[in-house]
Amino acid sequence: MEKKEYLDLYHQMVAIRRMEERAAELYQQGKIGGFLHLYIGQEAVSTGLIAPRTPDDRVITAYRDHGVAYNCGLSAREIIAELLGKATGCSKGKGGSMHMADVKKNYWGGHAIVGAHLPLAAGLALGDLYSKTPGVTICMFGDGATNIGYFHEALNLSKVWNLPVLWVCENNQYGMGTAVDRASAVSDIRKKADGYAILNDEVDGMDVLAVKEASAKMLEEIRAGGGPRFLEINTYRFRGHSMGDPERYRKADEVHRYQENDPIGMFRKYLIAAGIASEEEIVKLEDVIEEEVRDAVEFAENSPEPAPEELYTNVYFETY
Amino acid sequence: MAEITMIEAIRQAMDEELARDENVFIVGEDVGQRGGVFRATVGLFDKYGGERVIDSPLAEASIVGVGIGAALYGMRPICEIQFADFIHPAFNQIINEAAKMCYRSNGDWTVPMVIRAPYGGGIGGGLYHSQSLEALFTHTPGLKVVVPSSPYDAKGLLKSAVRDPNPVLYFEPKKGYRLIKGEVPEGEYTVPIGPANVTRAGSDLTVFSYGMMHYYTLQAAEAVAKEGIDVEVVDLRTLYPVDRETILKSVSKTGKALIVHEDNLTGGYGGEIAAIIAEGAFSDLDAPVRRLAGPDVPAVPFSHPMQDWFMLNPAKIAEAIRQLARY
Repeated sequence: MEKKEYLDLYHQMVAIRRMEERAAELYQQGKIGGFLHLYIGQEAVSTGLIAPRTPDDRVITAYRDHGVAYNCGLSAREIIAELLGKATGCSKGKGGSMHMADVKKNYWGGHAIVGAHLPLAAGLALGDLYSKTPGVTICMFGDGATNIGYFHEALNLSKVWNLPVLWVCENNQYGMGTAVDRASAVSDIRKKADGYAILNDEVDGMDVLAVKEASAKMLEEIRAGGGPRFLEINTYRFRGHSMGDPERYRKADEVHRYQENDPIGMFRKYLIAAGIASEEEIVKLEDVIEEEVRDAVEFAENSPEPAPEELYTNVYFETY
Repeated sequence: MAEITMIEAIRQAMDEELARDENVFIVGEDVGQRGGVFRATVGLFDKYGGERVIDSPLAEASIVGVGIGAALYGMRPICEIQFADFIHPAFNQIINEAAKMCYRSNGDWTVPMVIRAPYGGGIGGGLYHSQSLEALFTHTPGLKVVVPSSPYDAKGLLKSAVRDPNPVLYFEPKKGYRLIKGEVPEGEYTVPIGPANVTRAGSDLTVFSYGMMHYYTLQAAEAVAKEGIDVEVVDLRTLYPVDRETILKSVSKTGKALIVHEDNLTGGYGGEIAAIIAEGAFSDLDAPVRRLAGPDVPAVPFSHPMQDWFMLNPAKIAEAIRQLARY
């Protein structure tokens, strides 16, 4: 891997962290309404997962989607603007936090109904299979989604139809406030894929390089016609489920233990220890990222609200 | 012109659309090798292969969900729900996903998908093979809802539905599959989604209906014509978006309106038509708007006499017409 690639991974992870921190502030200032689910602690998951994708590969995910959007190539400006519901946001303010998307970047969105996007992912993959194009659909979902019927239907038919889809369970240990072992009969979630004869593996989601390697391997296997694969990525969210989460379901000690293994801090140490980049270079990069996010917030705050007539646009697709 | 049945018209539409556009495919339970529970797709598996006439697992949410995903991809799925009664597991996919994709993406995404579902009672199917569910979907902008009542419309509307860039729910009156016959031209034609159809001109009152009940309404209109009641009949055909103009024009002409549907009365689609008339043609009315609909019970019961009590028929419709004509 080239030095530039390492620094690009670091750039993405830190940019997501800074964006989410600023989003939390904007939320507390009352500038972001509704619900806000932060990706802090999970940055290595989508960063490593999406890094090896080709432009043909689709990404579709659940509601914790700001970071994934950034990894797919959406700019900090259009992400923050969407969080503020502005006309310049990636969904022009109609989507908000949980419904970002950009087809041109092959990012098929955040989806707010848990598990409901898994059949959609199977349909997108069916499109690639039918068209004989080399794309793979990367479908991310949380541990909670593995208990809903869609998960089982979609895994089953992905195997029956040999679909080019990578199922990715982002296991952050809690479905909202309910621990995995209190909600799922099988705590070792990837074993559920065994029930559908789908080859599976697990990887440490706090290690961006390990995630990238696991993802690259599975994408290659799927692209070679091997059918669906299942990757469980173990991770931890440092913040609450959403901004309004009192977090009574877990102890502060547990959060601190994971924070000691901060995926960004660990990767930073690695970059220096392995001689890939100097402390000075990294600080310089961090300044660039700081400015990128500051600019994005300024851009978003100064952007116009959607025009009133936009309420009635795009109810139907008029021309095709 | 050849006279064919409703089910043949539906099959012809799918056959021609499969031949016309290689992005069109059919997915559903037993649609392939078996040819569908009502034989709507018979022969298509042999002609187009298993890649385009796809037997799915028994999983309605995924039949629709996969259809949405494939439609987003750029394909043109025809999803078959074996009976409308089985559509409920897919409800979330239809309401939350299909209907909202274009809106949430500001037109970046479109879902050119048809969901075909046989609906209605009168075939002894009992509670879970007889329901009329159109009103669950006519409340949802982003969807289009179509119910044909003749082979001509069934073929022309289905072809339009396949070509429409939006999700279309296409409810087929299954009692009429083989009962309703009609002339269908040999060559290519479509019937646009949207406009209602005045199928019988008259001057005394208007009956609005669709699907199987429209077929019965025409029979009832002929029966009362012998008694000197001149009925105008409007086949709504597309329930959503609804053709207000044709509805108001007809009521302005006749001054009386009867709405007939098989689905139960309360919260049924007829309420919307009544509201459109009240808002747009109040001063033209010579009588209160009347609705004739299925009874407010949870489902069509199994026993034959009970099913008959539930179901509307030409005699019941004729009686409602007489009452309104006398007002």
